[in-house]
Amino acid sequence: MDARTHDSYVERAMWPIGRGDRKFWFSVVVLSALVAAGLYAYVYQVQRGLWVTGLNQKVSWGFYIINCVFFIGISYGGAMTSAILRLTNAKWRAPLTRIAEATAVAALLVGAIYPIIDLGRPDRFLYVIQYAQVGSPIVWDLVAISTYMLASLVFLYLPLIPDLATTRDTMRPSFLRRIYGALALGWRGTIGQERTLQRGIAVMAVLIIPLAVSVHSVLAWLFAVTVRGGWHSTIFAPLFVLAAMLSGVAAVIIVVAVFRKVYGLQQFITRKHFRYLSYLLIALGMGYLYFMVSEYLTEGYVLDADTTPVLEAIFIGAYAPAFWSFTIGGLLFPLALAALPGRFLIGRVCFASGLVIAGMWLKRFLIVVPGMAEPMMPWDWGRYAPTWVEVTITVGTAAAIPLILILFFRFFPVMSVHEMEEVEGAPEPRHAALVPSYASGGDE
Amino acid sequence: MAGQMSRRQLLGTLGGLGTGVLAAGFVPIAFAEAEAAETGPKRQWAMVIDLRKCDGCKACTKACQETHHLPESFEWIKVFEVHDKQGGSFFMPRPCFQCENAPCLKVCPVAATFKTNDGVVLVDQDRCIGCRMCMAACPYGARYFNYGDPPIASNPFQRPTPEFPVPQQKGTVGKCMFCVHRSANGELPACVDACGMKAIWIGDLVEDVATNGDETVRLSTFIKENDAFRYKEELGTGPRVYYIAGHGQLLDY
Repeated sequence: MDARTHDSYVERAMWPIGRGDRKFWFSVVVLSALVAAGLYAYVYQVQRGLWVTGLNQKVSWGFYIINCVFFIGISYGGAMTSAILRLTNAKWRAPLTRIAEATAVAALLVGAIYPIIDLGRPDRFLYVIQYAQVGSPIVWDLVAISTYMLASLVFLYLPLIPDLATTRDTMRPSFLRRIYGALALGWRGTIGQERTLQRGIAVMAVLIIPLAVSVHSVLAWLFAVTVRGGWHSTIFAPLFVLAAMLSGVAAVIIVVAVFRKVYGLQQFITRKHFRYLSYLLIALGMGYLYFMVSEYLTEGYVLDADTTPVLEAIFIGAYAPAFWSFTIGGLLFPLALAALPGRFLIGRVCFASGLVIAGMWLKRFLIVVPGMAEPMMPWDWGRYAPTWVEVTITVGTAAAIPLILILFFRFFPVMSVHEMEEVEGAPEPRHAALVPSYASGGDE
Repeated sequence: MAGQMSRRQLLGTLGGLGTGVLAAGFVPIAFAEAEAAETGPKRQWAMVIDLRKCDGCKACTKACQETHHLPESFEWIKVFEVHDKQGGSFFMPRPCFQCENAPCLKVCPVAATFKTNDGVVLVDQDRCIGCRMCMAACPYGARYFNYGDPPIASNPFQRPTPEFPVPQQKGTVGKCMFCVHRSANGELPACVDACGMKAIWIGDLVEDVATNGDETVRLSTFIKENDAFRYKEELGTGPRVYYIAGHGQLLDY
C-alpha cells in the first residue's frame, strides 16, 4: 500500500468521527423512535404481566426465547469472523475486523436482554446469582453469556487502543480528546507495547472461539436437556453453534455493505471481500444443511412416539409453510445465489445474506414453537401467536443494533487503521511528515 | 429386570462411589448422611387413579380450583378424554406426578422447586423468578404459569406458603402438590374428597396404605393386583402416580 492510499484509508476510517450530517441524524431519530416504541411495550408488559403476550400454558416460550437465541447467534458470527480471520492471518481482514467485532458486541447487548424480558418476575433476576443452582441450564446461560460479553468487549477494545491514540493525536485539545487519551491507555506504539498488544489480541482471538461455542451450546442445552420431542437431541449444541455462525456471517456481510456504502469505503472494502465472505457463508450454510439432514434423517427414520408429531407438524402440518420457506428460501436458494459467478456479486451476496438471516430466525421459531406446542399429554396441541407487545419489543431491539453501531462509529474509527498498517506494512518514509505523530513515537 | 441394571441402580452406585470419595475427605458430611438414613422419611405420598371408574365429570378439577382459588384455565388436576387405538375412549385425570427424579426440579435456576421429605415436589413462589424452564422440562405438562393476576384468597390474611400457595403469585409457576396442607390436618386431598366415583386414591409408600375416602387398601397389593402402570415410566422420572387401566384399554396407546 503506497502512502497516498494509506492516508486516504486513515481519512476514510476516521471520516465518520464527530460527523453529524442529515443522513446520520435521520437514521438516529428513526432508530431511536423504534427503540423507544420497544421500551414502551416492555414497560407496558412489566406493568400488566406476561398475559399481554401470546404465551400461554402450553406454549410458554415464544418470541423472547427465539430472539435471545437469534441475536446472540448473530453476535457469535461477528466475533467468530474476526477471530478466524485473525488466527488464519488473512491479510484482507484489515478493513472488516472492526465492523465485525462491533456487530458482535451490539447484537450481544441486545440478545442478552431477552432472558430478562422473558422473566415473569424480572425484579427477582438477581436471585439467579443469589440462589444459583449449578444444575440448571439457566445458570449455565448466565455464566456463559456474561463471560462471553466481557470477552467480546475486550476483543473489541484491544485492537481499538492504537486507533484511539491516533484519534487522540489528530484532535485539538478538548475534553473529548482527554477521554480518548484515557481510553488509549498511553499508547505510543513502542515495540514493547506493540508486542503486548499483539499477544493480548492473539489470546483473545483464541479465547473468543471456545467462549462463543460455549454460549451457543448452553443455549441449545436449554432445549436439549428436556424430554420434549424435537428438542431432546444430541446434535442440538453443534447445530446451534453452526446456525449462529451462519446467521452471524450473514449479518456481518450486510453491516459491512451498509457502512461501506454510507461511509464511502468502496476503495478498501472491495468485491474481493464480499467474494471471500460469501465463501464463508456458503461453507457454513452447507455445514448447517448437513447437520439438519443428519438430525431429521435419524429422527424421521426411527419415528419415536415423542418426535413423530413434531416432525409431522414441521414437514407437512401447520408449520410446513414456515419450514419449507426456510429450507428453500432461507438456505438453498440464497446459498446458490451467493455461489453463482457473474455480475452484481455484492448485491447478490447481500440479498442472500438477508434471506439467510430471515431464514435463521424462522428456524429458531421452528425449534421453539412446535417443540412447545406439542402436548406433553399427547392429546391437545398448543397454539401461539405473538401480540403487538412481542412484535414491538422485537422490532425495537432489532433497531437497537444499527443504532448502537451508528453511534459507536461516530466516535471510533470504522476501519482498523493500526491493523491495516500491520498487515500492509508502514507507508514509505518519504511521507513520514504526513504520518500522525504516534507513529514516530511523539506523545501528546 | 433380572440381570439388567436400571438407571436408578446405576445412578445409585455412582452416587455411592461419590459419597465414598466425599466421606474420605469430609467425615462430618458422611455422619450427617448416615443420621438422615436412620431416621428415614415418615411418609412417601403416592396416588392411584382408577381409570375404570373415572367418568370424566371433572369434579376433582373443580374442587382443586376451589381449594386453591385458581382460575378456570388452571387445571392442576386435568381430565383428558383419551381415544385409544381401538376406537374406544376413556378419561384420564392428570395431577402432578411428584416424580422421584423430577426434571422440573433439576432445571430450576434458583431452587424455587424443591422436594419435601414426604416425597412431594413443591414450588416456593416467593423464590420463583418465572423463567418457565420447569414448564419446558415437565414431561407431563403439569405446571401452570400465572400470566395474569390470580384470584385473591377468600381469607385476606392468608399468606401463601409452598404447602398452601394461596393466593397464587403473579409471574410465578404453580402446580398440584397433593394438597399437603390438608393431609397435615388428616384430611384427604380435595380431588380425592370430591371424586364421586371414588376413582382417586391417596396413599403412602412407607406405611403401604391407600384410601379413596371409602375404603382403605394395602397399596403395594392394590397396585400389583390391578396391574397399575405409571405414565411414561420409561422416561425414568419415577412418577408417584399409578394408573389402573380402564376396561378394554390398551396399555400401549
